Amino acid sequence: MDAIVAEKITKQFKETVALKEVSFQVRAHELFGFIGPDGAGKTTLFRLIASLMLPNSGSLKVLGLDPVTEFKALRKKLGYMPGRFSLYQDLTVEENLDFYATIFGTTIEENYDLIKDIYSHIEPFKTRPAGKLSGGMKQKLALSCALIHKPELLILDEPTTGVDAVSRKEFWQMLKNLQKQGITVVVSTPYMDEAALCDRVALIQKGSLLSVDTPENIINSFKTELYGLRSVDMYNLLIQLKAYAFCENAHLFGQYIHASFKGELNRNDLLNYLKTKGIEDVEITGIKPGIEDCFMQLMVSNETLETV
Amino acid sequence: MSQERIIEVENLVKKFGNFVANDHLTFHVNKGEIFGFLGANGAGKTTAIRILCGLSAPTSGKVSVAGFDAYKQTEKIKRNIGYMSQKFSLYEDLTPFENIQFYGGIYGMSAKVIKERSEKLFKRLEFEEFKNKLIKEIPLGWRQKLAFSVAVFHQPKIVFLDEPTGGVDPITRRQFWDLIYQAANDGITVFVTTHYMDEAEYCNRASIMVDGRIADLDTPLNLIKKYNTTSMDEVFYLLARNMNKQ
Repeated sequence: MDAIVAEKITKQFKETVALKEVSFQVRAHELFGFIGPDGAGKTTLFRLIASLMLPNSGSLKVLGLDPVTEFKALRKKLGYMPGRFSLYQDLTVEENLDFYATIFGTTIEENYDLIKDIYSHIEPFKTRPAGKLSGGMKQKLALSCALIHKPELLILDEPTTGVDAVSRKEFWQMLKNLQKQGITVVVSTPYMDEAALCDRVALIQKGSLLSVDTPENIINSFKTELYGLRSVDMYNLLIQLKAYAFCENAHLFGQYIHASFKGELNRNDLLNYLKTKGIEDVEITGIKPGIEDCFMQLMVSNETLETV
Repeated sequence: MSQERIIEVENLVKKFGNFVANDHLTFHVNKGEIFGFLGANGAGKTTAIRILCGLSAPTSGKVSVAGFDAYKQTEKIKRNIGYMSQKFSLYEDLTPFENIQFYGGIYGMSAKVIKERSEKLFKRLEFEEFKNKLIKEIPLGWRQKLAFSVAVFHQPKIVFLDEPTGGVDPITRRQFWDLIYQAANDGITVFVTTHYMDEAEYCNRASIMVDGRIADLDTPLNLIKKYNTTSMDEVFYLLARNMNKQ
């Protein structure tokens, strides 16, 4: 059975369409990611899945249950970690965890195995008020609380936003471990590089899904040849590339500019053109696109469709 | 790029009680440079930025920003810098022009100059369609670009950007960096923090803070070579992770 089946879900707030006929499936035991910028509709979608909000139209099944009519049964099986820290700031670490365990009719001891790896990091501070924890520790406590009733499905709304690169890697390792223990994990993130860590991802932008597939398939469906270019003066290279008649797209990517061209690239023509602009040290290599390249290509073609 | 030093920090220490947030920081930033100030959460970046902006006094050490002393001349520092963060920058219930009037007014600019410069700015940003809307009605990506333009509207010597691109879409993120490059080309020094390690590569030089200290500082290319890695992401991971263990 699929963990989530969504068909043509639409959610509107007055005249703003937050989600526009969104359809997707999350398979059981999958690590599934929603990837997109702020305002794409990720949080709205997670609130619908968590039965905290009603869709305007479309059908949604979560763990085989309808979040509108069967929300009581669903909430027992679902763990939800919202994007904003929502625990009780003036209760201690242990009191918060105990509170959530009691609400779900269980105890910390009963499900300790599941949270051990995560909770052990903050257990030395269990008498500290939650409001006095560092960002990373708050995040671990929130995850422990979302897991204490042993949910079948865990949804996490932007757990790594504003978190540094090292802590982000650690957090994803925790999610992988939870998946190994049989929990379906659905996570949203604005960081494109985290796509590679998911089994499948949905790229989301302005309330629509641009693509739903494995990271590998998304990369393979990139439509054009992609080149990495570099020179000492990257800013000038970028400006000149954008002005080049056969350039389709040019974007900064770390040490390189990623560029695609109209038709087949004529290297000599490009090199001669750049030479006339005073750039002689340029290095050009064919490269494999990343998820971020794909996202931008899909974003542009989606916007072109909209305006037609 | 000129080698004139616009920020000079020598043995900066900042303590809160027994906790040492900044532990003998020594570095400088050149005029017109894009300087990346990287570090893990809790490494002490925000504390240092607050001192550089004249909002908090150092416990000890020498700090000079735009030629002014961070102990005694904090008001002069504030006049000569711009600041923008991801969290807050513009008033949501005002229009773009009203925000500019407000900030321009605070910096003592005349109504005439504010009007002239803002018209040019809206034209350059191709922002005309949003000019009379409230900030809260404008898409996030545009807001961030406008926030940056407001932060440099009074033509400061240095602009501090605290995670300016968090959560924005990849195309807007790159347009934002176009604005940063333009500002640097115009001679404004850019001091920027980010969690996107590809952005660390766009800086002229970058420092990596770990546990209150600067673990290393150099051009991205030199750092990548020094640690025998292929990207700033790997350099960051190596430095920040190793230090956490100590």
